[in-house]
Amino acid sequence: MLIHVRHRTRYTYDHPVQSMIQALRLSPRNHEGQYVRRWQIDLDQEGTLRPGEDSFGNVLHMLSLDGPLTSLCITVEGEVEMLDTNGIVRGALEKFPADLYLRETPLTLADAAIADFAHEIAGKAGSNKLKVLHGLLGAIHSEIVFDTEQTDTATTASDAFRLKQGVCQDLSHVFIAAARHLGIPTRYVGGYLMRSDDNIHQEAGHAWAEAHVDGLGWVGFDPANGICPTEAHIRVATGLDYLGASPIRGARLGGLAERMEVQVTVADSYPQDLAQQTHWSKPVDAIQQASQQFQA
Amino acid sequence: MPFDEMRLEDGSVRAPYLEVAKWLEGVTSAQLERRRAEAELFYRRGGITFAVYGDAQGEERIIPYDIIPRILAAQEWAKLKAGLEQRIKALNAYLADIYGPREILKAGIVPPDLVWRNPAYRPEMAGLAVPHGIYIHIAGIDIVRVDGDDFYVLEDNARTPSGVSYMLGGREISIRLMPELYGAHRVAPVENYPNELLATLQSAAPRNATKDVTAVLLTPGQFNSAYYEHSFLADKMGIELVEGSDLFVRDSVVFMRTTEGPKRVDIIYRRLDDAFIDPLVFDPHSMLGVPGLFAAYTAGNVTLANAVGTGAVDDKVVYSYVPDMVRFYLGEEPLLKNVPTWRCRDPNDLAYVLDHLSELVVKEVHGSGGYGMLVGPHATGADIALFRDKLKADPTNYIAQPTLSLSTCPAFVDMGIAPRHVDLRPFILTGADGIRIVPGGLTRVALRAGSLVVNSSQGGGTKDTWVVES
Repeated sequence: MLIHVRHRTRYTYDHPVQSMIQALRLSPRNHEGQYVRRWQIDLDQEGTLRPGEDSFGNVLHMLSLDGPLTSLCITVEGEVEMLDTNGIVRGALEKFPADLYLRETPLTLADAAIADFAHEIAGKAGSNKLKVLHGLLGAIHSEIVFDTEQTDTATTASDAFRLKQGVCQDLSHVFIAAARHLGIPTRYVGGYLMRSDDNIHQEAGHAWAEAHVDGLGWVGFDPANGICPTEAHIRVATGLDYLGASPIRGARLGGLAERMEVQVTVADSYPQDLAQQTHWSKPVDAIQQASQQFQA
Repeated sequence: MPFDEMRLEDGSVRAPYLEVAKWLEGVTSAQLERRRAEAELFYRRGGITFAVYGDAQGEERIIPYDIIPRILAAQEWAKLKAGLEQRIKALNAYLADIYGPREILKAGIVPPDLVWRNPAYRPEMAGLAVPHGIYIHIAGIDIVRVDGDDFYVLEDNARTPSGVSYMLGGREISIRLMPELYGAHRVAPVENYPNELLATLQSAAPRNATKDVTAVLLTPGQFNSAYYEHSFLADKMGIELVEGSDLFVRDSVVFMRTTEGPKRVDIIYRRLDDAFIDPLVFDPHSMLGVPGLFAAYTAGNVTLANAVGTGAVDDKVVYSYVPDMVRFYLGEEPLLKNVPTWRCRDPNDLAYVLDHLSELVVKEVHGSGGYGMLVGPHATGADIALFRDKLKADPTNYIAQPTLSLSTCPAFVDMGIAPRHVDLRPFILTGADGIRIVPGGLTRVALRAGSLVVNSSQGGGTKDTWVVES
């Protein structure tokens, strides 16, 4: 299946920005079941985009812009040929042994509640790791309500688990915290999802988790949807948590308040109405995004 | 009886201390007291203070200075120096390995989780070629003695070790306040440390840097406990003392804002922890760092001294493997000894430790500054019970060592001249042109009678250290 993606991020500022620097993890790579036909990043302002790779093997672009700048729009657009692999990831660039993904990070720390939850699931599932992971997947999907209002990018796994609410990122962090607590190497995946309903216009990208199972390798788990990833899941970046796979991390000098809006379109054909697409996510307070103002 | 560096057990004086003993006989307590007061005034006027973390008042204090110098014979120093050079080579080789080919893990010498799950290991550094392959440009390796023969390493400090300003301040006081005693010895100089440090930093510039390289010292700012040292060293080296907001990155090159416009920076002696150096890569809330700095570093356009992620070699469990690193990377036997260490992560070791808490020193694997440790022989029953629970709850977080009978040196205390326990922190500089160690280092002294804790945060003081030619 050929999936078409357009992802636009638009920033507007109250005052002109003097300079800006951003780290972009916005470009998918090829692996079994995922072949990138074409992919490009466009800016509506003059800037330098320096391509590279981070130590996890993600494509990393460093973007530098000089002001004065009152707005910026980053457009990512491309097509990816996708095949279903039953959620199993093969042929991806692996820079570390799986055991690295047992590290704790502040966003994925298992508190006592998550630890108890993980042990309860594991107790029911028995010794089969895959069963345990499916148990976690089902339980997190049913117990944590998808809600875009209660959490932000700084919300930890334990906060989301206490709230029993969150977005795909929060559910993934809870999954990661619980699985790592059980000694299963687990990582965060940022990407895009083509929805099964006909709603091709979305307000954000998608996130899920991958756990390492002996004999199978890395297997995806999408707790927001309660399924393993299918041909509809385009993997863009992986990391220990959201911060390591964040699409955009930035800092700027000047600008005062920032508004950031996101528009994502994912469809299995080139959408006829793409040019007319004018719906943006409602503006979000920038500090809730990974992008922070850097005070001079 | 602990080993006393001045006197043999029969009370006779060891050769390196003959002049000091003579001087101590001829000087009155009143004279010593006056000199001590003058030394304190020197520190107070110089603003050489430190803040104690965890102190409710957060007050600035002066580290007590003991005016009686510690003496090391030149031949003793030569032996120690060779051991330090060997050790720093092994530590550096380990970092190059765990961020590169990972041979020591493949060889089964270091358990992999000590790398992969070590919070001080920075996965972002993996596969990165640091300039000249140097990770630890500046190290402080803490040394203790228990007899006249061997030097033991207590811990390796490979992140941003501090204390060198006290070494330099102490020497200045010796020369000013005790010219007669100083003049009676041929004391090897330490005053050239800032020059040696600058030469080390400059030698470590990226290979693509121009001939006229620019180094800066990056400080977290005046609220850091070692701020005085940062400004002191920058001043002595004649380089700019900068905070994160004085630097910026454009197109993977680091610049410093100056009144004459942007100036390219080649080497950053950073006294800022890894987590804070770049909000785009590490702690996203850090306001102390420079956005884009890590990208400039990975592009090979700037040298960070020390490199990022050096803490992966200096925790107290990894410490216990350093002798193996010396053998593995250098094919040599270690010249410096390690203190025997029980790893509580190992069930057998844990059982032994739990049975012998009253004899052992128990430390947190990632602890520092003398915090969070148990000194068994000096602890109350309640302290020991508390630690027993901590150990059982989280054994991997602890190691234990025998209580070493640290050597003593004469110190001037309220009751007069009395032996007090000491350690030594020499500073090891590694540049592209070799290793430099100024003779001596910072001697820390536990001024409370019988105390083995020399940390300044725990009431320890400092002494000048003289490496003397006989």
